[in-house]
Amino acid sequence: MTGETDPSAPVHDSGPTGRDAAPEAHRTGRRRRGEQLMVPRATFDSYYGRPIIKAPAWEARDIAGYFFLGGLAGAGSVLAAAHQATGAPRTATALKITSLGSVGLATAALIHDLGVPSRFTHMLRVIKPTSPMSVGSWLLAVYGPLAGAAAASALSGRARRAGAAATAAAAVLGPAVATYTAVLAADTAVPAWHGAHRELPYVFAGSALTAASGAALALGPRRETGAARLTALLGAAGEAAADHAMRQRLGTVASTLREGRAGRLLRTARALTAGGVALGLWSGRSRAAGVLAGTALLAGSACTRFGVFAAGIASAEDPAHTVGPQRARMAERARMAERAQAAERASEAD
Amino acid sequence: MTETHGGPSGERGTAGRPDPAADTGHPEPPPRVGFFTDTSVCIGCKACEVACKEWNALPADGFSLSAMSYDNTEGLGASTWRHVAFVEQTVPDTAPTAVPSPEGRTELGLSPVERAGGSAGGEQTEAEETPGSKIRWLMSSDVCKHCTHAACLDVCPTGALFRTEFGTVVVQDDICNGCGYCVPACPYGVIEQRPDDGRAFKCTMCYDRLGAGMEPACAKACPTESIQFGPLDELRERAALRVDALHEAGVPDARLYGHDPDDGVGGDGAFFLLLDEPEVYGLPPDPQVPTRDLGRMWRHAAGAGLALAGAVAAATATLAAARKGRA
Repeated sequence: MTGETDPSAPVHDSGPTGRDAAPEAHRTGRRRRGEQLMVPRATFDSYYGRPIIKAPAWEARDIAGYFFLGGLAGAGSVLAAAHQATGAPRTATALKITSLGSVGLATAALIHDLGVPSRFTHMLRVIKPTSPMSVGSWLLAVYGPLAGAAAASALSGRARRAGAAATAAAAVLGPAVATYTAVLAADTAVPAWHGAHRELPYVFAGSALTAASGAALALGPRRETGAARLTALLGAAGEAAADHAMRQRLGTVASTLREGRAGRLLRTARALTAGGVALGLWSGRSRAAGVLAGTALLAGSACTRFGVFAAGIASAEDPAHTVGPQRARMAERARMAERAQAAERASEAD
Repeated sequence: MTETHGGPSGERGTAGRPDPAADTGHPEPPPRVGFFTDTSVCIGCKACEVACKEWNALPADGFSLSAMSYDNTEGLGASTWRHVAFVEQTVPDTAPTAVPSPEGRTELGLSPVERAGGSAGGEQTEAEETPGSKIRWLMSSDVCKHCTHAACLDVCPTGALFRTEFGTVVVQDDICNGCGYCVPACPYGVIEQRPDDGRAFKCTMCYDRLGAGMEPACAKACPTESIQFGPLDELRERAALRVDALHEAGVPDARLYGHDPDDGVGGDGAFFLLLDEPEVYGLPPDPQVPTRDLGRMWRHAAGAGLALAGAVAAATATLAAARKGRA
């Protein structure tokens, strides 16, 4: 951070620009009356405290819900294939149905959130690698039918070979469906999302795996829950580690993950996920424990996505979170340039 | 940013691409055009806002008072493509407020004001009463920056946003499906969806007028030539001369904003001469196009996806081994 900006300074209550700086100017002026000094700006400036970037107008229910459902569907397809391969067909079928239902609901949520839903097909007008939403639309267009075929074959018991192929293909695309949404969020100017663009995919992958494991625990028969218990643990551990790294990376912007609605949601998510993993250990002995653990894991995953979404909105609405990291970046760049210059001078002197 | 220095990590090279129209595939495009907004001569008349609204037939925003000085427009948005910011600052008496006008220009004497007192009764701050200080006004007409590396254009999934032959960025309103992705992508907070129909709108730099060889409505209407339109190269030269002249005249805080082709968005098609830090005007001090990190994001997403699959495989294998051990 530069000495003259304090990105953590709250700006919501500050008056118009210049009034932030005014009290400091006043105080210094009184001490040094008559001296002709420009007073260094003591606090962070903004234009009447207004946000610099615009927060997305997305409905949390639609888009955070979509992040959750996409994760559940994608990771569910991977788990389904694993259960299928290891002789746990009932859990596999349950997961295939979950994945189909989730991807269906997810698509509905996406279309619902469009300003002009009748133009949904415009999503498939072009293929744009620079647009995660375009990539995601095509991904869903391929993955959705595969998930559907896998579920249909498992339910009807027909076309087993095609069903197995669809199951395998959905499992290959599943991880992409679960993690691309992190890129979708991170490829914006929203400070809490873009600032965490390295960690967010791992947070989403972990959260997706706990959700799918939760579905397996809740829906699968008692004898088949062994794998899901383990994957729930791995998913939760991965998510916790990535979440920690994300907070470290975000610095001052991490406050948006701790405070307000986002903070409440993420704390709830942590408690639900930890509780779900612990309770899951009994799922082999008690069906009720499995259902409860699964439900907690699903709810925890949903809370994670809604929490990350809320943190993004909060970070976009506070100009300090836009200006602070940018000022820090500029200061760092200036420091590097200075160092390079010094090194150059030193080498010239030699 | 520091990480991207000296490596190929800028997934889209930001330097050495001076001609976005040609890069987009326009054969033999005309020279790239842009705006140079010299805020030091802006008088806050809002003629640009009105001309823009009229020419582009933009909907009204309703009548409301914001208590933000004379700024009741508040910011750029779906129906506001030019926005005049009014900044009231308390500065030491010694601060240069008398900004010399460019050569051959009549000085209108509207800025700065001397000790105007509380503008909104009762809101007079302590500082305004301080001897040895005075109030200065900064006025600035903001607009879409028409970035060289435009995030809105990059992330648009439908192709509704496109690069014109003039190097500007325009939304096709019959293609936009209201996904709203461009809104949080813009590092300047320019583009916005209209609440009534959800589609995104922003400044087109009067694409229709450009096609007819005319200048944009805002530049045409500006009475002080604060808004200058023309080929970007010429504008950059002119701006450099103007900022030098201001420095010589004792206005050390004058600086250009968005003129540098090496900045985080590859330089703006609409750049500014400011008299204070960008954030004072509501502008980001070091904007970056988010897609510059897209390659890294996809790599991490792939890594996370593999980790997910690996975790499932590991769990399944562990279980199988345990079963075998029992059997």
